[in-house]
Amino acid sequence: MEIISSIKPLLAVIVSLIAAFLILLTGERARNLREFWTILASVIKFTIVFSMVSPIREGKVIEYTVISISPGLSLQFRADALGILFALTASFLWIITSFYSIGYMRSLNERAQTRYFACFAIALSATMGVAFSANLFTTFLFYEIITLSTYPLVAHKETPEAIRGARIYLTYLLGTSIAFLLLAIFMTYTVAGTLDFSDNGILIDTTAMGVSDTFLTITFILFMAGIAKAAMMPLHSWLPAAMVAPTPVSALLHAVVVVKAGVFVVVKVVIHIFGIDLLTKLGLGTALAYFSSFTIIIASIIALKQDNLKRMLAFSTISQLSYIILGAALLKPSSMVGGIIHITNHAFSKITLFFCAGSIYVSAHKTEISQLSGIGKKMPWTMAAFFIGSLSMIGVPPTAGFISKWYLAVGSMEAKEIPILVVLLFSSVLNAAYFLPITYKAFFEKENHTDHHEEVKEIPVVVIPLVITAIISILVGIYPDYFLTLAKEVIR
Amino acid sequence: MAEHSLILIIVIPLMASCFNILLGLFRRGFCYPLVIATLSLCVILSIFIMDGVINNGVIHYRLGGWAPPWGIEYVVDHLNAFVMTIISFISLFVAVYSKRSVEAELPGRTVYFYTVFLLLVTGLLGITVTGDVFNLYVFLEITSLAGYALIAIGRDKALLASFNYLIMGTIGACFYLLGVGYLYIATGSLNMADLGRLLPDLYHSKVVLVAFAFFAVGVAIKMALFPLHVWLPDAYTYAPSTVSALAASTMTKVGVYVMIRIMFTVFKPNFSAEMLPVTEILGWVASGAMIFGCILAIAQTDVKRMLSYILIAEVGYIVIGVSVTNRMGFTGALLHILFDAFMMACLFMVAGVVMHKTGKTSIHGFRQLHRRMPITMAAFTIAALSVIGVPPTAGFFSKWYLVLGAIYARKWIFAGMLLLSSLLAVVAFFRVIENIYFAPSCHAHDRVGQEGIVRDEAPLSMLVPLLTMAAGILILGFFSGKIVSAVIQFTVPEGF
Repeated sequence: MEIISSIKPLLAVIVSLIAAFLILLTGERARNLREFWTILASVIKFTIVFSMVSPIREGKVIEYTVISISPGLSLQFRADALGILFALTASFLWIITSFYSIGYMRSLNERAQTRYFACFAIALSATMGVAFSANLFTTFLFYEIITLSTYPLVAHKETPEAIRGARIYLTYLLGTSIAFLLLAIFMTYTVAGTLDFSDNGILIDTTAMGVSDTFLTITFILFMAGIAKAAMMPLHSWLPAAMVAPTPVSALLHAVVVVKAGVFVVVKVVIHIFGIDLLTKLGLGTALAYFSSFTIIIASIIALKQDNLKRMLAFSTISQLSYIILGAALLKPSSMVGGIIHITNHAFSKITLFFCAGSIYVSAHKTEISQLSGIGKKMPWTMAAFFIGSLSMIGVPPTAGFISKWYLAVGSMEAKEIPILVVLLFSSVLNAAYFLPITYKAFFEKENHTDHHEEVKEIPVVVIPLVITAIISILVGIYPDYFLTLAKEVIR
Repeated sequence: MAEHSLILIIVIPLMASCFNILLGLFRRGFCYPLVIATLSLCVILSIFIMDGVINNGVIHYRLGGWAPPWGIEYVVDHLNAFVMTIISFISLFVAVYSKRSVEAELPGRTVYFYTVFLLLVTGLLGITVTGDVFNLYVFLEITSLAGYALIAIGRDKALLASFNYLIMGTIGACFYLLGVGYLYIATGSLNMADLGRLLPDLYHSKVVLVAFAFFAVGVAIKMALFPLHVWLPDAYTYAPSTVSALAASTMTKVGVYVMIRIMFTVFKPNFSAEMLPVTEILGWVASGAMIFGCILAIAQTDVKRMLSYILIAEVGYIVIGVSVTNRMGFTGALLHILFDAFMMACLFMVAGVVMHKTGKTSIHGFRQLHRRMPITMAAFTIAALSVIGVPPTAGFFSKWYLVLGAIYARKWIFAGMLLLSSLLAVVAFFRVIENIYFAPSCHAHDRVGQEGIVRDEAPLSMLVPLLTMAAGILILGFFSGKIVSAVIQFTVPEGF
């Protein structure tokens, strides 16, 4: 594998850190200038990330060492196919979310917007850091920065409810990462002597050195428990609690950046720390697959009975994230591709759904599903986009969700795990059961007299982004090759 | 030339202290510049000494030309030089910081304050420079007496707190002195190196064992090692802000230094680790310190008091690193001495700023302070994250070594305790951080918006040292590997 040394991964991380600094410096006095920094940084970041795609598609890897601190600890970046896939999705969606944020925050006249945009920028920096990390230390560093930079965004409204949500958020994410993830990293370092990601896994040789299977199993369990950002049950409660945040935060951070960083690290650990062979030998892949299947089904069942739209979407996210983990856990090429491609596919569709929820809130001040009767006539674009997002969640062709489900289904058959196939199908049925009624309600039910929809009007700045993401959800479904080549590069 | 700097670093602050009181009678405004000048000289000297040690190895100085073991000998190796540099740096920055705080908190007593302040620094530097166990006792008492005086001039119940400290501190000092006496009976020597040579033959003597026990308890009181910490929270809570900042960041660290010297230079590692289960006991005691320190910190309603309990936990971190008796753990302990000095200085300085601006340090008093003092509160947050051990702050890197040390020693339970204590620190600190940034302000009219509160940042003389500490916390971690390879690896006792 050819290795290119380039500073680009570091630049991708730093650009929004500088933006955060400029945002804080500009402050409330010059709002347009402040928002200009966000937009500028997001565009530059995307350009940098995009420029790395073509060498990586050709099978190269971009590396950059910032500083070697001491043995085992070095701040090092390594952009590979998996990382670029995640970074590309996140940085592209940041551009769209930035416009959406500006529309949303200004329409609602939200408070502390400077802090909001600054934290957003820092979170995106840290995301690039996770995506391009070359070792577990770098991953852990940026993983923690994501938690800390999004904590103020969850507490944004500063109401008792928001502070409570932020507390739960921090307890779960910071708590598990220190108690379990850090311990797992220590255990890995103790037996492997390194934290660098390698293609076959760094723990593969340790069994020959006399490390017991029990030790490795415990390490693996600690990893999975420590990465609470992946929202696998029973460590999922922080995600519904984080829904007190403003909707753009829920959309980009709690449907794409934060949670995908979680599953991304899970995939990294599966492929690059343990390695497929070792996990197959230990039988941990199958165990994880069943565990994530449990989450897929239970989260969907909980989603069924939610009335708050954002909470329902949160549980849907929990369920969908486990698809990605399931794909990695089955340890078969097709399932891996399905899981990895779902990072992107789910991102576009779920952000559309959240954007719709935000649009409904801004225009009609509605938060509950039961209030949405007849709203489709007032907000046709929003609800049409919502319908497309729903189809992608269910996995109906030609939407993006179909592609990932197809690969996951093929993978489960390759692994000869018929129960998993049943889980996938049953989950689709459940998804349909809680998504389609909303569209039906919006377009075909009469509005209640208690709900006043008369003066409801869609706001262009808010609607355009969600139409774009909805269109992309379909385009990715029709032309999946661009991301598929990258995903296939990962498992090559 | 380098050997003369060993005596100069003691004599200069000592003479300056005496000179200061005369100068103060004459012109009060001159005291502050004198203190800054003196401490700057100390910093330069300590760098000079450090440089000498790194390039030429151990530096000896014979007081009055008397040859050891009869005369007093000053010996500085990597370990001394490391601790000495930390002390001189921190005391300089605390001194810079002190100006406004002392003027406000101790009007009319600035002359005496700075006189005793210099004495305290003299004592601390003396402890690190001497190679003689009795001379060390003298400096220990200079430090403690200066400490009692400085704490007693604080607010509220400071007098009582200082009296408690006096009683406990004197017991500690007596125990230490008894230890010295017993060793003198057994060996006839007071020189550390000489004792180190003579003692191995006498390890089975009851006198020596008792001496060690006295040393251990005496030093444990001085460094506020759980469960002998009870004097500390009151003393550091009511002491003037400047004193808390200096004492919290240096005095306990010097205590740990004395412990290391006694355990691994006067006595040898095989005695402390193998013949007696000392390190084993220390490990458990330190675990207790980490856990109970943090739990008690969570229970506090006053920030300075909470920080005092955090400090007790931090002492536990350092001691646990020493107790696992391997290279990794010891390295972590020494790194933590450095990083923790920065963290504690920064945190107590912030508490001092808040005291200066609002007149109280209760947790509720921190509500919405990020609007009044955004920079100060950012520094607090950075230091807090470092105590928790979040990368890339310095605290993570020392903890990295500490936990690995525990794992290499096969003490998984200690590794678990270290992580558990970090979790508890999260709770303790985010209680404050939540108040700083998100809690609704106590005054309803403050909620009008961001323009409603006037920005009221700390004065520059306080802000600069504070930010230096915060910057140190952010940057030093990245150089931990370099610090280890340049200094710390040479301090690790033989046989680890």
